[in-house]
Amino acid sequence: MLYFIEQCLNGVQLGMLLFLLAAGLTLVFGIMDLVNLAHGSLYMLGAYFAATFAVLTGSFVLAVILAVAASLVAGTVLEVVAIRRLYERSHLDQVLGTFGLLLFFNELVRLVWGPAGMSLALPIQMLAAVQIVPGFYYPAYRLVIILVALAVAGSLYFVVMRTRLGMLIRAGASNREMVGALGINIKVLYTLVFGLGAALAGFAGVMQAPILTVQIGMGENILILAFVVIIIGGVGSIRGAFVAAIVVGLIDTLGRAFLPDMLHRVLSTNAAATLGPALSSMSIYILMAAILVFRPEGLFPAASR
Amino acid sequence: MAAAAATTALAMVAGPGMVQRASAQEKTVKIGFISTFSGPTAVIGNDMRNAFELALDHLGRKLGGLPVEVIYEDDTQKPDIGVQKTQKLIESDHVDFVVGYIWSNVLLASLKPLVDSKTMTVVTNAGASAFAGELCSPYVFSTSWQNDQTPEAMGLYMNQKGVKSAFLIGPNYAAGRDMLAGLKHTYKGQIVGEEYTRWPDQLDFSAELSKARASGAESIFVFYPGGAGVQFVTQYTQSGLKAQIPLYQVFTIDELSIPRLKELSMGIPGAQEWVNDLPNETNKKFVADYIAKYKLRPSYYGAQTYDAAGLIDSAITAVKGDLSQKDAMRKQMEKADFKSVRGSFKYGNNHMPIENFYLQDVVKQGDDYVLKTVATIVENDQDRFHDKCPMK
Repeated sequence: MLYFIEQCLNGVQLGMLLFLLAAGLTLVFGIMDLVNLAHGSLYMLGAYFAATFAVLTGSFVLAVILAVAASLVAGTVLEVVAIRRLYERSHLDQVLGTFGLLLFFNELVRLVWGPAGMSLALPIQMLAAVQIVPGFYYPAYRLVIILVALAVAGSLYFVVMRTRLGMLIRAGASNREMVGALGINIKVLYTLVFGLGAALAGFAGVMQAPILTVQIGMGENILILAFVVIIIGGVGSIRGAFVAAIVVGLIDTLGRAFLPDMLHRVLSTNAAATLGPALSSMSIYILMAAILVFRPEGLFPAASR
Repeated sequence: MAAAAATTALAMVAGPGMVQRASAQEKTVKIGFISTFSGPTAVIGNDMRNAFELALDHLGRKLGGLPVEVIYEDDTQKPDIGVQKTQKLIESDHVDFVVGYIWSNVLLASLKPLVDSKTMTVVTNAGASAFAGELCSPYVFSTSWQNDQTPEAMGLYMNQKGVKSAFLIGPNYAAGRDMLAGLKHTYKGQIVGEEYTRWPDQLDFSAELSKARASGAESIFVFYPGGAGVQFVTQYTQSGLKAQIPLYQVFTIDELSIPRLKELSMGIPGAQEWVNDLPNETNKKFVADYIAKYKLRPSYYGAQTYDAAGLIDSAITAVKGDLSQKDAMRKQMEKADFKSVRGSFKYGNNHMPIENFYLQDVVKQGDDYVLKTVATIVENDQDRFHDKCPMK
């Protein structure tokens, strides 16, 4: 039982990381109607910024704060310089344009930081596992990720649902012409939203850096998962992204943890060893396909568009 | 221009007797080099390229007296790209030798065009079991090992230490399956669990580590080459398992991952056929010059690739630069008559090295963390698939 709970925690933790990445993506996709393949690059930049600031300042917390600020700046500059020109284009042009940016950022990172990748070391007290109940250990840093992501989710929810800015964001999602007609500077709003999305992506990159990786192209595989999350959750919906991220995280982790063993009971060892990992990595895509068939708007459709 | 200058240089070195041959042919030896030069595992390809370039420096930019042209191709760690690049090197560049291949799955995909075209090939890392066995080929050589050998050595060491049970974790591709099979072949303790993870994109091992903890195993054995090794060892340490279940590894902690792992890499034993401190003269020169030229430490990927240049040099020397004599070159290469950075080794019937495997560990040296040889685990080890190779 404790083992099951531990695996669930692993799933939730992966979900939280996915949520941080997907929240920015769903805002940009939902509100600005922009397919941004370069979102993963901002995630990568966040991680590289954090690793660099950690070396410069020697402080983990300071590195995190500076890296998120730098991601915000990078995102804003990117929006003004390049992304702005893509809003009026078709989705295909956006995919091509942002894919170009993705390649550009990979090369930029290679030029600036070299091809070897970096590491972001945790403070020593984070390197251990904490004993939650007797006999049940959980890595301290993974708990921190869960708590911090929950806090981010809470504050995002507050900003989007309870503040004037959030109201504008939601209004922009439902009818951008009307918002413009009411005298809101939609350009500035878009820059803000994109910057916020970039900061969230950067933050996700920073948070995962100590356990996963700081290397070129690190954002590409996880971006696919993030797209799966926002499609399951409903494009443009923060709440949808939150629920879908946890669902995807749980399915991925529990699939890896239990599917091979379950298959062992009905299949030969060899077949189970091949089929288990394959099936568990397919499971989230099967879920996405099912959602697209039965509920194409996603679990929590954002207000009608 | 360059070719003409090189020919003149050759004529000067070779003396008057050779002038006619050299001037009759503006001949160079063309090497096609396949490795991964982009993406997260580009560091491995860079190490291999660095070592090969250093070997060419040491050989006066010539192999067997012929000026060298190297064409580097990036397989992007994908089998389908690897086979395309291999075909391009054979069919449109008409290379004389193909060198490289990090990944077993890329090699297996690329093997058929190499074998069908009878291209002289030196594989410098990948060691898939089928490649050592039924798919062996007269013109294909390896300067590394067969995948199973290194984990087999690790299994022997774990027996020596009296480790009673093990939980195995590795990536789900050709080499991952070979590595775990290799350990199971020699390890006498109980295997309490065996996990294969998605490759190469799965970097979060929390589910597998939780499983290992719940299994009550006395040890964890792992194989994760490249960046994935950094992630695995980091997450293993963070999970607090280091104090509970010792880790044994192959190809997971190396000179490429140590700069990122730093002190986390200590206290985790590994097996390897080459360690940077092997006390032979060729190796000392290789390691010292590599560090001087690139300000980095070479890994076994580089060491194996450095040896490929020596092997090819010996073959071309034996046929006096006549690259059409493939069978004579092959016969020469089978002797492994060149100065290897791992001392000397012999070739088995399947063109796989018969070589020693060492126990290595990370020690702190000043501010650096470096690998040191601890002991020899097994001497003159031959892979267990050579019987399946039809060549005798």
